[in-house]
Amino acid sequence: MTEQIPTDQTKELPPGLQLEKVDDRIMTLNVGPQHPGSGHMRIIVRIDGDYIVDADPDPGYVHRGEEKMAEVRNYLLNIPHLERPVIHDSCNILYPYVLGVEDLVGIEVPERAKYVRVIAAELNRCVYTQYWLAIYGIFLGHSTMFMWPAGDRELMIDLLEKMTGARVTHSYFIPGGVRNDIPANFEDVCLRQVNYFEKRIKEYADIFYDNPILKARTEDTGVLSSQDAIRLGTTGSVLRASGIDYDVRVKEPYDVYEELDVHTNVLKDGDSYARSKIPWLDMLESCNIIRQALEKMPKSGSVRTKLKPNPKGVGNDEVYRRVESGRGAAGMHIISNGKPEPYRVKISPGSFRNLIALPYLLKGEKLGNMPAVYWSLNYWPVEADR
Amino acid sequence: MLKELVTPQNANVFVGKLGDILYKAIDKPLGMAIDWGRMWSLWPVHIETACCSVEFGAASGPRYDVERFGIIEAFGSLRQCDLVVVQGTITRKMAPRLRLVYDQMPDPKYVIAMGACAITGGLYFDSYNVLPGIDGILPVDVYVPGCPPRPETLIQGCMLLQEKIKRMKAR
Amino acid sequence: MSSTDSKSDTSKEKPAPPKPAAEKPAPPKPAAEKPAPPKPEETLPAFEKELTDRIVNQFSGDAEVGYVKENRTRINVKKEKILDVAKFIKDQTPFDHAESVSGVDFPEDNEIEVVYHLGSYTDNRYSKQVLALSTRAPREDVPNPGNDSTKLPSLRDVFYSVEFHERECFEMLGVHFEGHPDNRRLLLPEDWADLPPLRKDFKNKGR
Repeated sequence: MTEQIPTDQTKELPPGLQLEKVDDRIMTLNVGPQHPGSGHMRIIVRIDGDYIVDADPDPGYVHRGEEKMAEVRNYLLNIPHLERPVIHDSCNILYPYVLGVEDLVGIEVPERAKYVRVIAAELNRCVYTQYWLAIYGIFLGHSTMFMWPAGDRELMIDLLEKMTGARVTHSYFIPGGVRNDIPANFEDVCLRQVNYFEKRIKEYADIFYDNPILKARTEDTGVLSSQDAIRLGTTGSVLRASGIDYDVRVKEPYDVYEELDVHTNVLKDGDSYARSKIPWLDMLESCNIIRQALEKMPKSGSVRTKLKPNPKGVGNDEVYRRVESGRGAAGMHIISNGKPEPYRVKISPGSFRNLIALPYLLKGEKLGNMPAVYWSLNYWPVEADR
Repeated sequence: MLKELVTPQNANVFVGKLGDILYKAIDKPLGMAIDWGRMWSLWPVHIETACCSVEFGAASGPRYDVERFGIIEAFGSLRQCDLVVVQGTITRKMAPRLRLVYDQMPDPKYVIAMGACAITGGLYFDSYNVLPGIDGILPVDVYVPGCPPRPETLIQGCMLLQEKIKRMKAR
Repeated sequence: MSSTDSKSDTSKEKPAPPKPAAEKPAPPKPAAEKPAPPKPEETLPAFEKELTDRIVNQFSGDAEVGYVKENRTRINVKKEKILDVAKFIKDQTPFDHAESVSGVDFPEDNEIEVVYHLGSYTDNRYSKQVLALSTRAPREDVPNPGNDSTKLPSLRDVFYSVEFHERECFEMLGVHFEGHPDNRRLLLPEDWADLPPLRKDFKNKGR
């Protein structure tokens, strides 16, 4: 005896549980969280044949409650866990927090520490972008482009390891400067490795960016016009690939960026190819910045201002600081009420801001172009989930 | 006689028993060979759960290259995989999915808990959305400590797992 | 050594901000702030003050200035007027996108505050500015997200970029945004049945 499915009751079920009718043109696909082309998130796409009708990102698989945890730890203990969202870009995601706490407590940072911070942040941007590029390569089926950046980023990790003592989770920036001074003759090693690194990443143009197969897959897919880039509030490489000249390092310089010559890379096309090219150009720019900073850095001096063991906020005050991370502007809104713990820490990372462009860009694309569009948004799911 | 014993209802049971008998017969002479085959072709399933996936990616990269130890790069289809490397924090939203992935994999299967978060909850011990370690949902074979573990540590963990498989009884 | 360095650094900082001619007298003023703090009226940066005054004067009585600092301004608005103020800012000032939406719980005031941080991509003079637009919603001790009085009008039609931020604020603090097309869960698990986690009476394990 077969059991009859009560078809008339399907209307009362919530949208996710309704049975699909056989004659529906639209099919729902779950991409992720266990999928080579999704990362740590799920994208619910609805397709008509091969074309995406609707895409609904479902993040939160790595939501670890960082903001709540920040409310029960004091200002210094917040440092290690606030850098975990992007462990391979840990200096940059920690930067707005450290700047904000310095504003709240009112500490002046020594000149040398500012330069050390800029060098560490730019090295970290290279480490992040190389990893992102490696994954972009493997998403598009280009295995060499996984191996080359994954090997070359170890050079930068070596430098950061010399500076900070840790491979990826540095906890290097603290309110008042950096944790420890850079080792002796670091400048020479750094200069040599950065020069080699620059020579090396210029070769990526030959195998990846000038590759006709890559161009065929990424050009004119997921085009974001400049008006939409502003309207959606995107940031970082997504914004600059759409022709908007905005970089926090230039527009609102922090630490010593205004003394350095920072060039903003802008492309007009707004497609996946432009979005994948901007981070690579940024890496070349980072090499320039590191060389300038090494040249201008004071050769000796203190790298941290003495801090009381438990810095306290100055009464009811709040601060919003932002920096340019590898994925765009990362902002932190810190509210203090005079206690050793912050009253509220709100992280507004670049990934979360760029996520809103994903459903917009995927509509009307072919399903096969989904990884090319998705990863070109310079998106790191762990950071967006926090 | 045999026809009475084997009915359609208990055919599966009979085949299973037959398999057990075969295993027992093979174990002595060929168990070593089966283990040897499993040891050097561990296929990790491609599921990233948190930030340790960065170091897992670095371990697959050219400098560390786990492939030379017989651990092949993370692979998409879980039906062909026999290793879950739990790469970091398991949140309450991810836990049912991870268990689902594990249940869909064919036997034999092994679990490596990578990173402090996967072992005890680590830095996120007091977070409202993080499980205190994956012991509650998966049987763990090897724990790899670190936050995140260096690729060398992960490689050592994988080699410990191979050692474990070598001494295991083939099943 | 380090003190002289830092002094030269701060003196370099002052003329740097590329701002219009009318704003030129402003940069030296924060320098006067450090020796003589008890004169807040004089040390207010002119450009930012003019900006907030323009908005507050338009909505006198419903909006007030929270603070005016260098590059950072804040305006507190009553929740009935938040949509009008946001429309005015969108149309009359160069602020064109929202960077972040932070919800803050204030159990003492029995209110939940929502702060929109607005930025500008299009106007070079405003690219340093971040305008915090804040409003407050009533708070209930036993929250029932979506069905209680903790409601605010959504700014999604004005600033499109707040869509996911407001969804996050809804699940984290239980503030229902009226007019938002998609008030669903975003980050929390589907079966979350506890208090909204960023409320102050929700405690982490062992804390």
